[in-house]
Amino acid sequence: MSEAIAAYRPVQPGTQPANDTPAYGSTHLRHPTRPELRIPASVTETTGPQFQPSHFPPMPDLSVINGKQAQGERIIVRGRVVDESNRPVPNTIIEIWQANAAGRYDHPGDQHDAPLDPNFHGEGRVFTDADGWYEFTSIKPGAYPWGNHPNAWRPNHIHYSLFGAGFGQRLITQMYFPGDPLLPLDPIFLATPDQQARDRLIAQFDVGITRPAWALGYRFDFVLRGRNATPMEHA
Amino acid sequence: MADRMIATASQTIGPYWHLIEHKEMADLLRFGATGDAITVTGRVSDGAGQLVTDAAIEIWQSDPPVSETFPAYGRSRTDASGCFTFRTLKPGPVAGLGNAQQAPHLAITIMARGLLTALTTRLYFQNEPLNETDPVLSLIDDPARRATLIAHPTAPGSWHLDIRLQGENETVFMEV
Repeated sequence: MSEAIAAYRPVQPGTQPANDTPAYGSTHLRHPTRPELRIPASVTETTGPQFQPSHFPPMPDLSVINGKQAQGERIIVRGRVVDESNRPVPNTIIEIWQANAAGRYDHPGDQHDAPLDPNFHGEGRVFTDADGWYEFTSIKPGAYPWGNHPNAWRPNHIHYSLFGAGFGQRLITQMYFPGDPLLPLDPIFLATPDQQARDRLIAQFDVGITRPAWALGYRFDFVLRGRNATPMEHA
Repeated sequence: MADRMIATASQTIGPYWHLIEHKEMADLLRFGATGDAITVTGRVSDGAGQLVTDAAIEIWQSDPPVSETFPAYGRSRTDASGCFTFRTLKPGPVAGLGNAQQAPHLAITIMARGLLTALTTRLYFQNEPLNETDPVLSLIDDPARRATLIAHPTAPGSWHLDIRLQGENETVFMEV
């Protein structure tokens, strides 16, 4: 008796960035040049790590350290994690990291001449609920210069790491902010050819998430790769 | 399918991902798992042979299965010498399609500045009889290409695999 496993759906053309993206200089020597080997999904790809909050405690508020408020514009980010069939991904970890309001990471590799904030570290961690919803509080990260090309600046962004239910769903991405004039100049944002897919990396301002006299609210949803509904035998 | 949504686009993990690193995650034995303990190391280099010193490397294994004491998942940085190091349990064979058995292996994900989408590959262990019939290794005709996935022992219980992102002896990367 064979054990059939439903395959992950192939990537829809243009909806993911190519690793060979010349405008982003760090790709030049790091992108593979041979086509990727397409392999059948097995238990290795359809299962994945499970993170227990007891070992990975939630850190849902990046805007406060020891009761002291970070500098910057306080924000709440709320949204949902679903798969390509719009099914919620429950109880899954979301790792979060970002620069402070001045555009500086609390990281030894960041030498940008902007101040560190003693009340901001820039790491967060939340879990989705039973319906795939998550929420965290932070401050809006600042833009910062980088060495990619003359006068290059990264738009305001927050980094995310998601796992989903299987290792084939692993996702590292960045969320941007609406109306940012740096977006049309940013080779990392522009690396995704399909405009609709690209624009989904931009959070939406949402007055319903905004908390009066406290923080602006943004909505940002994640869609993780899905698998075919029907298991298929293939080579 | 008409109701299919578009998966969120990947973006690079960038050079500052160490904010979420947590070095203990490279030790899969930290919760007390016992068994055939091994150390797995590797060195990552780019198309010019330069060491990649800012990558995030993750491993996942479906054997031994996840338990209270064994997360089956780890994360390591590449250090100033381009190397990553994990402590884990040696995997056994894993079920494959049909009646096929997969040779013992680790799934590896590589994320770094300059990689807009994470790279996926596998680490196999030299001299495993099942390597000859493994359904993934069997997809690779060129023995030299296949060899890019096979770790070799450096000492009892220690295995090493070099990963080359680009160029001569470029590692076989996979999409699922």
